[in-house]
Formats: sequence, C-alpha cells, structure tokens
Amino acid sequence: MRDVSIIGIGQTPVAESWEQPLREIASQAAQIALHDSGLKGIDALFVANMLAGELSRQEHLGALLAGTMGMAGIEAVRVEAADASGGAALRQAYLSIASGAIDTAMVLGVEKVTDIVGSARLSAMATSLDAEFEAEQGATPAALAALLMQRYMHEYNVPLEAFAGFSENAHFNGSLNPYAMYRNKLRPGMFAAAPAVATPVGLFDAAPDGDGAAAVVLAATDLARDLVPQPVRILASAAASDTLALHQRKDMLHLAAVTRSAQKALMQAGITNNDVDVLELHDSFTILTALALEALGYAGRGEGHTLARPEIIGLQGSRPLSTFGGLKARGHAGGATGVYQTVEIVLQLRGAAGANQVPGARIGLAQSVGGLGGTAITHILVPVE
Amino acid sequence: MEIARHWRLRKQRYLLPEAGEHPVGVYPIAPNGKSARSANGHGAVVTIEAEQSTALQTQVRTGTVYSYTTVLNAPADFEEQAPYVLALIKLDDGSMLTAQLTDLGEEPYIGMQVEMVTRKLRTDGDAGIIIYGYKFRPTLAVANA
Repeated sequence: MRDVSIIGIGQTPVAESWEQPLREIASQAAQIALHDSGLKGIDALFVANMLAGELSRQEHLGALLAGTMGMAGIEAVRVEAADASGGAALRQAYLSIASGAIDTAMVLGVEKVTDIVGSARLSAMATSLDAEFEAEQGATPAALAALLMQRYMHEYNVPLEAFAGFSENAHFNGSLNPYAMYRNKLRPGMFAAAPAVATPVGLFDAAPDGDGAAAVVLAATDLARDLVPQPVRILASAAASDTLALHQRKDMLHLAAVTRSAQKALMQAGITNNDVDVLELHDSFTILTALALEALGYAGRGEGHTLARPEIIGLQGSRPLSTFGGLKARGHAGGATGVYQTVEIVLQLRGAAGANQVPGARIGLAQSVGGLGGTAITHILVPVE
Repeated sequence: MEIARHWRLRKQRYLLPEAGEHPVGVYPIAPNGKSARSANGHGAVVTIEAEQSTALQTQVRTGTVYSYTTVLNAPADFEEQAPYVLALIKLDDGSMLTAQLTDLGEEPYIGMQVEMVTRKLRTDGDAGIIIYGYKFRPTLAVANA
C-alpha cells in the first residue's frame, strides 16, 4: 500500500447559512482546498454528507458536486456513516490512493442542516439511530446521550457540573477560531444554568447543528513532496462499528468502536496513545467526550470526566482537545464534521493554527464517530519529514 | 404514509406471546447458512438466543428501569406528547429495550419495577395510520381478595 498525504485544505465558517445552498458552500470549500494543493484537477471526489436526502431532497451528491465544480467526468461518490461520514469519506479516499488505483482525490464534506427546521430536523437526525426500535419510540440523539449520561452519573456517582469543563474548554478555543459557529466563552455558572434538552443533557452539553463545508486534497506522498512545501502524512487509518441500538450493547458505558478503531490505528502508526500531541474527538455531547477519553485509554472507567480541566485538555495542556472549538463551539456540520477535524489537525501540524496553536504538535489524532458510537473512524496524521 | 413498515412490526410492538417475537430486529446468519428469519418458518424476527432455545414461549413483559430521561425537544409527530420520559428497560429475561415510560405517578428512578402496556406511539402525520406499541408503567400491585 502506498503512503498518502494531505496537500490541501479548505473550510467555510460553520453557521446558519440561510442564504447559501448546499452546492455553493461545498464549492467554496472545494475551491480553497484545491487552490491550497496547487493541483488543477483531481482523479476522484469523495463527498461526506449524512442527510442531504432528508434535509434538501438531494441525493447523488458525487455527480452533483463534481459537476458544480466544473469537474464533470471524474469518479465521484458520496460516503455515509451518519456523523462519521467525514472520517468514512477520508478513509475511502485514503484507501483508493494507497491501493494505487488513483493518485489524487478530494474529500469534500458538506451539510445543510438549516434546510429543515424544528421537530422535522430532529426526526431527520434520528435516522442515525435504530429507526424501528429507538427512533420509533421517540428517541433522539440527545435523548440517548441523556440515557448514557444518567446511567454514568448513577454508576460512578458523578455530578452534572463535572462535565462543564469540556464545554468551557471548547468555547474558549472556539472564541479564537474565525470559522467557529460560537465565539462566546462560557462563563462560570452558565453550564449549570442551561435549560435541559433531555434530562440531564442541557443546552451546553449538546453541540449545535450548523451548516458547513470543509475539504481536503490527498495525493500519494511521493507526488506530494514535489507539489507542496508541507504535506501531512496519513500515518494510520482505521474504522470499527458497534451495534447501532444502545440497548443491544453488552456494556453501554464502553464505546467499543472507539477503542477498536483507535487501537488499530495506533498499532498501524506504531505509537501509543501517549504519543499523540493533539486530539479532535467527537464531542457531540459531553458524555460522549468522557466516554471516548475512557475508551481511548486516557482515563479509567468512570473517570473520563476528571480530565475536563484546562491543564489537561487546554491548548497548553497534556492532552489538547477540541483545539478549534470542537463540535461544541466550532459547530457540528453533520457529515462535514470529520473533514473539519482533519483540516484542524493539518493546521496544527503545519504550525499554522494561529491563536489555536498547540505548541510543538507533531502527531495528531482525529476521530469521527457516528451517532452514539455505532461507527468510529480514526486517522493519525504527522508532518512529512 | 408508511403503511407496510408499521404493519410488519405489529407483532413486535404488541409483544404478542408467540415464540421468538422479541422486539430486537436481529437477523444473525445461522451456521447452516440460512438467515434466522427463514429458519424460523413463519417469518418471525428471532434473536440468536431464541433460535438456540425452545424455551422462549412466554413473552417477558416486566423489568426494571436501567436509565431514563425526560425528553423536552421532541421529534416530529411526538411534539404533542412532550415532555415524555424515555427509558432503557432491562427486562426480567436479561435483555434490554428502549421504550417510553407512562402512567408515572411519581418520579422515575433507576431500578424502578415496570410492566409493559400497549399504548399509542404516534400518528403517521395527518392522514396516516395510528401506530401502537409498547410502553412501560410502574408495576401495579395486585389486589388480594
């Protein structure tokens, strides 16, 4: 398998972009990434999107967006794994180049969550759950996160305030990121005073839905060295699944797909979790952040919440997390989120993260998760020496 | 209007006492290469356990609350019911399912004893069918004469 690198990145601000249709924000991100790569064209397009069919009455995004970008004729396909679509599309692009089948590819994540509003949007989001046995009972992603959070707090005797540090960290970093949906910092006490979405999950536990598009351009590393000054290598790529419905899991408070995917990736990379300098995890809900940190081996069972402190997850901390705001403050743009994570890790490794820079970042880990952990896709990135 | 999908699920939703009618929706590949659905013969959804044991004759309809939440932001067709309580129920046969709690006279709590009842889940829009299914209520004490 050939070595693959990222040679171009692009993103649009995550926001409620009422004025812009899906194809417009997608082509904006694509143009920025293509320009950044120096390439005039690409061999294949992998679109990351979870809900365009439900939200915008639009499927067949591969062909649509290739044509929109003036590249009709190239190979183009959409990849879907709920909110892990970003990581999934990146993996497919990576495998296509690593196999030798193609030399260059673009991964283009895009989501237009605002094309539907209100309870109909919640129903659309619920299609990432088990439709028959969870959604049909009135479940939403927030409700299922709440079931996990309630159980966690009960089993480990953890108060709600213990989770505040994750959101406060995310908002602090988001305030420094011009592409972030929310630039406000969370003042002490705001977390505890937040209205409930599904008890005990409050407004400040749950990441906001936003419209957004992000893109990365990949090339075989041999070609990459000649194309751009700072290629970023994909050192590892690994995916795993878990049962979709929470009630089918043997151990609900262990995100098995997160563990499996990360272990495979760390083994491919030949490193341990301690070697990772910067992390972008799927903080759609604070409980998932705590559980992911446990599943990644950074904390014992029931102790993930103890990492919610600036000296650990802050930019200067030992395990910098959500360095540009994470899903919580940068915003959660559905299938595009995994691509935003990748763009952010690349910025860190290029030393181009500005006010969000983690000093000396050399190894980055981006993990894209679908739903409540049904899919987990991990990528480990390093600068090309 | 989604008629076929709800018609297919009617037995699971009412938890009728037929062998293997367990609301799990798992179709494991059996060692003989046939899917569990065809192996069973009458199209019932079966679990791996049901295939291997003939003991699943009585539906377990009681259990305890494993976790619960009060849902304030409801998806389409559920807004009228909001706020409602959604729970993970650990049935007395050890299996788990997701269902609403109903007829709550008190605050729910983890470990609360509950029993299955048939309730309306939602209406399929303005013109669609009324969808019934299972919810769980605090187990009623049986009066002794």
